[in-house]
Amino acid sequence: MTKHTPSAGFRRLFASLMLSAATLGVAMTAADANTLRWARVGDALTLDPHSANEGPTSTLLHHIYETLVSRGLDGSLQPRLATEWSIHPDDPAVWVFKLRDGVKFHDGADFTAEDVVASVTRVTAETSDFKGLHTSVAGAEAVDDYTVHIKMKGPTPLYVQNLTNFFIMDKGWIEANGVQAPQDFKAGEEKFTVRNTNGTGPYMLESRDPEVKTVLKVNAGHWAPAPQVTEIIYTPIKEAATRVAALLSGEVDFVQDVPVQDIERLSNTPGVKVTTGPENRTIFFSYDMTSDSLVSLPGDNPFKKPQVREALALTLDRDAIRQVVMRGQSVPGALNAPPFVNGYDAAMDAYGKPDLDRAKALLAEAGYANGFSVDLHCPNDRYINDEAICQAFVGMMGRIGIKANLVSQSRTIHFPAIQNRQVDFYLLGWGVPTFDSQYVFDFLVHSLEEGRGGWNGSRYQNPEVDAMIKSLATETDLAKRDATIADIWKKVQEDRVFLMVHNQALAYAAKDGIDIAVHPENQPHMANVAFK
Amino acid sequence: MIAYILRRIAQSVLVMLVVALVSFSLFRFVGDPVATMMGQEASQADRVALRERLGLNDPVVVQFAVFIGRAATGDFGISYRLQQPVMELILSRLPATLELALISGVLAFVLGVSLGVYTALNRRGWLSAAIMSTSLIGVSLPTFLIGVLLIWVFAVELQWLPSFGRGEVVTIGFWRTGLLTESGRASLVLPSITLGLYQMTLIMRLVRAEMLEVLRTDYIKFARARGLPNRAVHFGHALKNTMVPVITITGLQLGSIIAFAIITETVFQWPGVGALFINSVQFVDIPVMAAYLMLIALIFVVINLVVDLLYYAVDPRLRVDRANARH
Repeated sequence: MTKHTPSAGFRRLFASLMLSAATLGVAMTAADANTLRWARVGDALTLDPHSANEGPTSTLLHHIYETLVSRGLDGSLQPRLATEWSIHPDDPAVWVFKLRDGVKFHDGADFTAEDVVASVTRVTAETSDFKGLHTSVAGAEAVDDYTVHIKMKGPTPLYVQNLTNFFIMDKGWIEANGVQAPQDFKAGEEKFTVRNTNGTGPYMLESRDPEVKTVLKVNAGHWAPAPQVTEIIYTPIKEAATRVAALLSGEVDFVQDVPVQDIERLSNTPGVKVTTGPENRTIFFSYDMTSDSLVSLPGDNPFKKPQVREALALTLDRDAIRQVVMRGQSVPGALNAPPFVNGYDAAMDAYGKPDLDRAKALLAEAGYANGFSVDLHCPNDRYINDEAICQAFVGMMGRIGIKANLVSQSRTIHFPAIQNRQVDFYLLGWGVPTFDSQYVFDFLVHSLEEGRGGWNGSRYQNPEVDAMIKSLATETDLAKRDATIADIWKKVQEDRVFLMVHNQALAYAAKDGIDIAVHPENQPHMANVAFK
Repeated sequence: MIAYILRRIAQSVLVMLVVALVSFSLFRFVGDPVATMMGQEASQADRVALRERLGLNDPVVVQFAVFIGRAATGDFGISYRLQQPVMELILSRLPATLELALISGVLAFVLGVSLGVYTALNRRGWLSAAIMSTSLIGVSLPTFLIGVLLIWVFAVELQWLPSFGRGEVVTIGFWRTGLLTESGRASLVLPSITLGLYQMTLIMRLVRAEMLEVLRTDYIKFARARGLPNRAVHFGHALKNTMVPVITITGLQLGSIIAFAIITETVFQWPGVGALFINSVQFVDIPVMAAYLMLIALIFVVINLVVDLLYYAVDPRLRVDRANARH
């Protein structure tokens, strides 16, 4: 048999392959000094300013559209399109906003009070996704070109706190394009606003390919001092490893969602700077503390007994979760409120060391000397290491004889189950966009009724607390209001409504020389970026 | 022949309907789209109202009928997530996936057949042994890992190739191609290797096994005895006879490449339909999921049909058998 030699052809093939690989090697051109290439896990869903109340969408829109007030890095309110705001001296149910003079929309139209009125109408429309933040609005009125009155259904002393994601659109542009209402899915038509913008912001939309690339160019006519960043190229990169690789290979300048496991390595990488800070999001466990029977334990509810709730708190080792699960990237605490929220109390947030002997004794006292068995529900695609936190807690509970069966599911199943009261022991995270404790109480502590208690899966019911929560909405004496908030927190902590784990931390990574501070709402603004 | 094709098309339509029904009944277990569509402030009443507007409160059968009725006119509705017409979204993403699938399919086929032939002819060569053992990586390592490894070596360490995306694209009509720009071609290299590696290994091993089998047959011995050159024996006689199963597998694998590009697309942030689908699943974007599954079913059905017809053309025995069977 003759030896066949096709290898010459193969050699040629291989050689040409290697050659093409080498010549294809792209020259990684250094970015223009004023261009910032920004990557994060997901894209904005839409460019319509009122139809998706979702973090990445609002973050991008803050560059194109502007709000009346904005949230500073310390959590305080800063003037933006409104220069002053106050409650009307004669009518506590009216908010007065003085507007900035000389502001123009990207198409050249002047910004006036009528635009705010049109935006209020639009954001309170049936199909608006933000209407939940504006439920107490009765209507808006333009007093003169630069003064707006927003009428409330009753005194609403903290309404201005709800306005940090309320984007202002141009009345004429809304009418010209027939976009008086945000996206209506039933109509089955795409609104003009999904892809087209006309804001007053420091950047203008240059091009957008959803989930691929969005390019923004600086708006030369903006009222504020010109930013250093003149062009933003925003690219979503879903996969964590790819996102980090893109930063390391120099294809992006700034990565907003840094996976916790990469923080340490990136910090030690020359040329990369990692910035961390607390996020406005608490992570906690809730349990049904009032029903007589649990879904996963028919005929019994151990959580009804205060001793059991205390025993659970004594088994939770927050420092271990911080060290092992979160790799140091969390701020453990006992109070279900982030530190910059009005009503936060450091003394109540202090947590003790786990004490298993005491926990076992408490369980025995409650009649569960041999423990019990229950389902623990957990999301697996929503918070940082959410499933791992639950796994850790399952192990901790096992040490005092509580057999928790972990059910971890997608947020799309987990959240409806909580809202429909189909689960009785679960992990949840909560952000406080209004930076005031009332927001926590309204949704998580108040008993279920229309507009309140929607996420109160603890089924906590206390008429006295409910009355106090309701009083917060209309109390205009802020000192008195703060005292009521403190009283409510005291009661919530006494009754152990939540088993708080920690506050999530944020990590941004950028090339050396780009200074981006961590924003508590995770809404970094490129106009504030400084090159060094 | 025409009756055969018609029968196959009728079967295909039935398959599509079943796929639609099965996927529709599965959507109920993916979760509730309203949970991701509305912010945490939305009240229970708002959620109920949105569910009603989306028609999610209707029985599955009614939803299915409405879907089929609209799909028949090419209307798949509006994406819950991106708020754009589904058909437009998918058509704008399809070129990216098809280009990737085609390039990696060609790569897998050309390299697979050549290496398969080479290793079959040089069974004992050290190069063959090296190729065979390296090819084990292709079948045993998960796509995800291969992708990340390639990114690490060629994008981060060597900085030869981009780590994500599709580079600059040129729009020709509705087709956005990355093949006409340098950055577009560079972006194709790593994803197509990642996607094609498994298929290449499969084809290579198949060709090798078939070749070894054929080379042992009598007619090859006769061909050699006739004094035909090696080239004619190996390629004119042996290779040609190994092609029937190879065509089948390649055809089926082409469907898989398109369908399973999901992982590769996710790793490389490739803006194709696979990445669109995976994002839609996480959001429970039912209109996009339904349209995507229908599209994939259509691709599989068409490929199977074509492969069946190719058999008919390639293998004369099938024609004879059918002719006999009819008598």
